[in-house]
Amino acid sequence: MPQHGDSASLSALDGLIASDRAPTNARPDLLTKDDIWALLQEVKDPEVPAISVVELGIIRAVHWDGKELTVDVTPTYSGCPATELIEELIVEALHDAGVRNPTINQVLTPAWTTDWITTEGKEKLRAFGIAPPETSSGKMSLLGESAVIACPHCGSNDTERVSEFGSTACKALYRCKECLEPFDYFKCI
Amino acid sequence: MTQTQALQEYLLRLADSDMILGQRLCELCGKAPALEEEMALMNTALDLIGQARNWYEYAAELIDDGRDPDKLVFRRDAHDYRNLLLTEQPNEDFAVTMGRQFFFDVWHYFTLNSLTRSSDERIAGIASKALKEATYHLRRSSEWIKRLGDGTEESHRRMQDAVDILWRFTGELITPDDTDHAMAEAGISPDPEPLAQDWRGMVNEVLTQATLAPGAEDAWMYMGGKHGEHTEHLGFILAEMQFLQRAYPDATTW
Repeated sequence: MPQHGDSASLSALDGLIASDRAPTNARPDLLTKDDIWALLQEVKDPEVPAISVVELGIIRAVHWDGKELTVDVTPTYSGCPATELIEELIVEALHDAGVRNPTINQVLTPAWTTDWITTEGKEKLRAFGIAPPETSSGKMSLLGESAVIACPHCGSNDTERVSEFGSTACKALYRCKECLEPFDYFKCI
Repeated sequence: MTQTQALQEYLLRLADSDMILGQRLCELCGKAPALEEEMALMNTALDLIGQARNWYEYAAELIDDGRDPDKLVFRRDAHDYRNLLLTEQPNEDFAVTMGRQFFFDVWHYFTLNSLTRSSDERIAGIASKALKEATYHLRRSSEWIKRLGDGTEESHRRMQDAVDILWRFTGELITPDDTDHAMAEAGISPDPEPLAQDWRGMVNEVLTQATLAPGAEDAWMYMGGKHGEHTEHLGFILAEMQFLQRAYPDATTW
């Protein structure tokens, strides 16, 4: 067991910071735009690791000319504390693939909507135990009553809202009256 | 006042109101009446502080004197703050907390709604994001007003007391000054008259459903927040919020 401060334990720290790590890909110029999208597909939402940032719909565009890369990212909520972490994770994933110093461009318009969560993303949310958002055409109107939210565990429509807000800004808290399990609902905005 | 100065002033009002109300709500962290309510209050605060940052970033670029959003928040004293007086009022009874939120949310909702059509694209962008959040806040605070107002004898009495306590701070929301007129004429901010009508309309509608009586339209109103003349509460908020940055300026190691 290496002692604290000796060379073995210090060397274990090597590469913990992405920019200290040698990129695994020596020829990033060979990457296509589709490759970049595939890399981003591997970056998971830190709050909801079941889905990727691509499936969440927050990657709005990728601009790549073989040298310079700009990724347009939109936040889910103005105050989402995961926004900066997500940007860091994206930079890290790209850096590991050999793309140095990508630019993350934060775009606010058009504002993110849960309609941008992909169909696969919605299914993954459900499998993860989070009821996916309805589409905004079925969106509850201002001050209106909530729509029926199906329990992601047993599929029952007999559910009730416990709180407008759940464990993160993007979720609300529900309870299933059939299987009695509580669950998160990904709010529709 | 030049157009740019008026715009800075207007942005600081939006930013400071979001920031101070967000800070007020954060005081309830660990102390809310129920766990679900605490999550809701903190998420609302998070939205508001996130929106404040977007407004501050734009304001800081226009002010262009080297101050970033953190410096604007932590290094300005009360007379430089431009928040609405309503937002700095203490939490007190839960009915007051929700009443303050409701009066603010109605104003916020209609203001942001109109700002999405602002001639200033940056403002329109920030507003279109914030409007979705404010819509959610308004739905929630309206439900609380109705539940408390049309609830038990005690909840009704306390909710009516809250309306009566807060009413004198609502005039500032819908009374325009020179900056508001200048911004409206430039197509940047909402026309003051329709905004006031929309605010009164929705407040009256929800209060009526909640079996509550609004205050008189011609009641005497406290004003001055938009010009840096605050109630005594703001100083206490800033003393707590700014302590660390005042004691350890530019601290980078925590």
